[in-house]
Amino acid sequence: MVMPQIKEADVPDMPPQSDNAVVARGISKTYGSVEALRDLSLEFPRGQLTSLLGPSGCGKTTLLKIIAGLLKPNSGEIEVNGKPVKGPGPDRAFVFQDFALMPWANVLRNVAFGLELRGVATSEREAIAEKYIAEVGLAGFEKSYPHQLSGGMRQRVGLARALSVDADVLLMDEPFSAVDEQTRRKFQEDLLNLVQNENKTFIFVTHSIEEAVYVSDQIAILLPRPSRVSEIIRPTDLRHKNVDNIRRDPEYLDIVDSIWASLRSYVE
Amino acid sequence: MTLFGYRLPAMSSLLLWALVWEIVGRLDLTFFVPPLSEVLVTLTAVIGTAPFLKALSETAQAFAAGVSAAVLIGIPVGILMGKSRLIDELLLPWVNMFLSAPLTALVPVLMVLFGFGMKSIIITTTLFAIWIIILNARAGVLQINRSLVEMARSYGANPFQAFYKIYFWAALPEILGGVRIGVIRAVKGVIIGQLLISIVGFGALFELYANNFLMAHFWAVLIVLFALAFSVSEILAYLERRVSYYAASR
Amino acid sequence: MMRRSLWLKIVSAVVLFGAWQIAGMIPVSYAFPTFFESMAALIRMAGDGTLLTAYIETLRPLVVGVGISAFLGIGLGLWIGLSAKFDWLFSPIFIVMQAAPLAALIPLLVMAYGIGLTSKVFVVCIMAMPVIVLNTASAVRNTPASLKEMGRSFMASDTKIMLRIIIPAASPVIFSGLRLGVSAGFIGAILAELKITPTGVGDIITYSRSIADYPAMYAAIFSIILLAVLFLNFLERLEVYLFEGNVRGYASD
Repeated sequence: MVMPQIKEADVPDMPPQSDNAVVARGISKTYGSVEALRDLSLEFPRGQLTSLLGPSGCGKTTLLKIIAGLLKPNSGEIEVNGKPVKGPGPDRAFVFQDFALMPWANVLRNVAFGLELRGVATSEREAIAEKYIAEVGLAGFEKSYPHQLSGGMRQRVGLARALSVDADVLLMDEPFSAVDEQTRRKFQEDLLNLVQNENKTFIFVTHSIEEAVYVSDQIAILLPRPSRVSEIIRPTDLRHKNVDNIRRDPEYLDIVDSIWASLRSYVE
Repeated sequence: MTLFGYRLPAMSSLLLWALVWEIVGRLDLTFFVPPLSEVLVTLTAVIGTAPFLKALSETAQAFAAGVSAAVLIGIPVGILMGKSRLIDELLLPWVNMFLSAPLTALVPVLMVLFGFGMKSIIITTTLFAIWIIILNARAGVLQINRSLVEMARSYGANPFQAFYKIYFWAALPEILGGVRIGVIRAVKGVIIGQLLISIVGFGALFELYANNFLMAHFWAVLIVLFALAFSVSEILAYLERRVSYYAASR
Repeated sequence: MMRRSLWLKIVSAVVLFGAWQIAGMIPVSYAFPTFFESMAALIRMAGDGTLLTAYIETLRPLVVGVGISAFLGIGLGLWIGLSAKFDWLFSPIFIVMQAAPLAALIPLLVMAYGIGLTSKVFVVCIMAMPVIVLNTASAVRNTPASLKEMGRSFMASDTKIMLRIIIPAASPVIFSGLRLGVSAGFIGAILAELKITPTGVGDIITYSRSIADYPAMYAAIFSIILLAVLFLNFLERLEVYLFEGNVRGYASD
């Protein structure tokens, strides 16, 4: 295995070596004869946001679904909080690219669905759901149905659903790719606040370089055929800067440029 | 269509056609078309009579029994086909075949096997309705959004919960669509069955009126029958629209 | 993968015909011949030409009826689809016809036109026409607006838009309407032979039932269903072949 080369954007200011919420060890996955992931290892520090970034077909969503327990790897192991993953579990919550809302249920029931499946009593789970609906800024829409909401609002419902089960790890599969650009920027700002305020670990799949650099504590760059981690970038310095100025920060622009330089030859 | 800036309701042209019918009838062009007014007068007279009510109740019974059987067998079979590839591959060619086959040809077989009575008519009705119900239930299960299924799994649904909380509801618009088309086909099936067996229900009534040249009676019964069939199909279409608001947003 | 599905088709055919054979051997009813008895009768009738003459007789009203329905139905459908006035005037009639059990008209047709070919053609027409008209009309009505606008932006005349854009764009759905019309026409043709006068295949069915020659009766029914299914299957394949990549689904059944 080739050791991924780690670029520390700012060595002296590194956060104290935190423990890892999720660890992937030697994950391989093939679909028929197609090798999607080969011997991939990666660590996800607790309380931080790690992006999986790469061109399409690089297996980033496959890795996320293996961590979620929705797919079984052919070999290798995922550990969450030191325990091996056997399937989906209450320690992880998934946010879907296409929202995966039940169109026949209103916002309240959609948000409370994770708790409903766990057998939490109606009044209790609705109280929890209402709290998170308000937190994502959808107060007043509890009785609306998904088809009455905009794309951005639907994803807020998906986010509230993931938050309401109070999992340690949030798995987000290109969560903002189906919403418009302005909504996406608002989401990214909200996500930064969420990472700071909630003591959760975020694993975030994206195909947008700018988005990854903007929101991440750690960026894992995956290259395709078969997928492996080619580089890990920690834009640590950016995290201490004022959010409003990040996008014109020279360091931000340098990191975006260098990632594009290493990815461009893989884009058709 | 709009007339003098006023939007005419969709089915309002039927009134115009009713007028044309009345005029053709009055002109006495043909013995077979009595004026609509005469037919309507006959209709009010016929509708309460014992033979009519008997025909109606016999038809309704056969129809209800046939449709229930088609729904109760068809939906589970369709869902099974959608869930299991083996069952699907074994059954699909036959379902497709019977969907387009001229099932009328089977009525004589049913007559010799099950006699000249209600049983044959009920089976005919079921045979007309069931195949499209199976196919639509299957299509409904197959089109269920994969991420909805993954969502249920990742939030810890067991297979039983996944079925009655997700699969059933996600497939409901297609299932209802299948039931609606199935019911329309069943109406045709029950009438074809009665015409060929022709000693029960409306089949017998048509035979009676035709043999006695009671044209107004004949048309009156036809109007009732068409109106009933049309209402049934409209009610089901309304129900389908009630749930299909979400079909587009899946 | 191809092999697997072929095998499963063979297996399911063997299971079904095997069940027929066993049910006939028990027998479940005195009027239920075995599969092989029926097939023997089929081969006998095919050999001595009975079947051929019968089919010529049966297919005549079907071909004439479907031809008339296709010609009138597509014409009417185009007209309804293009003009709001005719849509308002004619659509309701065909919508009601589509939902209504038109078979009930047969006794009336017999009184009006006798028991000859005319009545049978009429039966085929009233069964086949509504679906052809409704499919054509909705196909024309649902021509993508962007295609028509494209035509107009290149300054095509109305006739050109109609001939070069609307009809080609609508043709897959029109064709599938025709296929459904043929399917309904088969029902009409058989119904006519069973209800009006036994001729052709209907005659074989009725006659062999009256003399209790059940294998011949089953063979005739088997053959007409097989013929209809094979022909409709052929049309479906033709449709896929002709309009590959242009399929927009069926407007109605």
